[in-house]
Amino acid sequence: MKLLKRIGLAILVVLVGIQFISTRTNQSSEVPSTDFILTYKVPDEVGQTLHTSCYNCHSNNTNYPWYSHVQPVGWFLKNHIKKGKAELNFNEFGSYSVRKQKSKLKSMASQIEQDEMPLPSYTLIHRDARLTPESKKLLVDYLNALQDSLQ
Amino acid sequence: MIMLFLALVSWGASAQHDHSSSGHSGSSHSNTAPKMKEEPRVIPSIKVKHSLLATSILDNYLALKDALVDDNSKKAASSGKMLFDALGKFDLSSQDASKQKELKEILDDAKENAEHISENGDKIDHQREHFEVLGGDLKDLIVITGSDRTLYQLFCPMYNNNKGGKWLSVSDKIKNPFFGKKMEKCGRVLVEISVK
Repeated sequence: MKLLKRIGLAILVVLVGIQFISTRTNQSSEVPSTDFILTYKVPDEVGQTLHTSCYNCHSNNTNYPWYSHVQPVGWFLKNHIKKGKAELNFNEFGSYSVRKQKSKLKSMASQIEQDEMPLPSYTLIHRDARLTPESKKLLVDYLNALQDSLQ
Repeated sequence: MIMLFLALVSWGASAQHDHSSSGHSGSSHSNTAPKMKEEPRVIPSIKVKHSLLATSILDNYLALKDALVDDNSKKAASSGKMLFDALGKFDLSSQDASKQKELKEILDDAKENAEHISENGDKIDHQREHFEVLGGDLKDLIVITGSDRTLYQLFCPMYNNNKGGKWLSVSDKIKNPFFGKKMEKCGRVLVEISVK
């Protein structure tokens, strides 16, 4: 019993301790010229939708939710954003080769079309990031047209 | 050069179209007989230099293609991994300096696509999407670096909601990697890539 108490206490100490480690590291007020929306003068409506539904995990600036303060949830998010940015970073899109841009545009359109993105686990909490059938079509049509226009 | 190639391809495409429509009108009773009577269609061809540089890349790409023809996503994933490794081993420094930037872009894109295929062993449709892009990358690669074997670029017009999809094969016989057994025969030859 004494041992159990000790283990319990140790777990508690660790849980409290890790709350002091900040994970909100993906924040930047700067929007580089290579940003997707700037590079392609994206229409406002499309840009808004991308900001709300995609930029949190796919850019250098995350609008952190309150629960990102709670560990280990924050760590999970940090890792998640790191992966998201490695796959696609809207802020750096203009620096990608045209080949890579076309590749990414194709993947974006198909991921959105198949409801793979934004991640269902994300929209479960971020209800505003959900795409309506209309906004889905708006994005997919725009991305496909842009892909076709790139040479 | 690119314009000429596009012209050849579109000419080949329209020739094929004319051909198949005339074939249909005269063959309402049999599917196989009229094929025998068809005159051989002229297939556009491009010639690349002989080179062993892309050998292991092509080997693994073709193994991946065969796995997709067989609807085997697990095997496609492992071939995708081997292809990823082979792409990483490509020695850029052996290439002309003026071509290195473009080659790097091709290799980077191909690697990313191969990686997705290797990581999605349970999602064959997703693998096929990346496989389609990969085929374009590798064709562009061997046009620059050369090839050790004759290849055919094949085209399935029905893939991706009728946007179409291309792939490479050592045979001009159609075995469709986008639809697998569902539609094994869908496709036609776009261009022959032969070695000088």
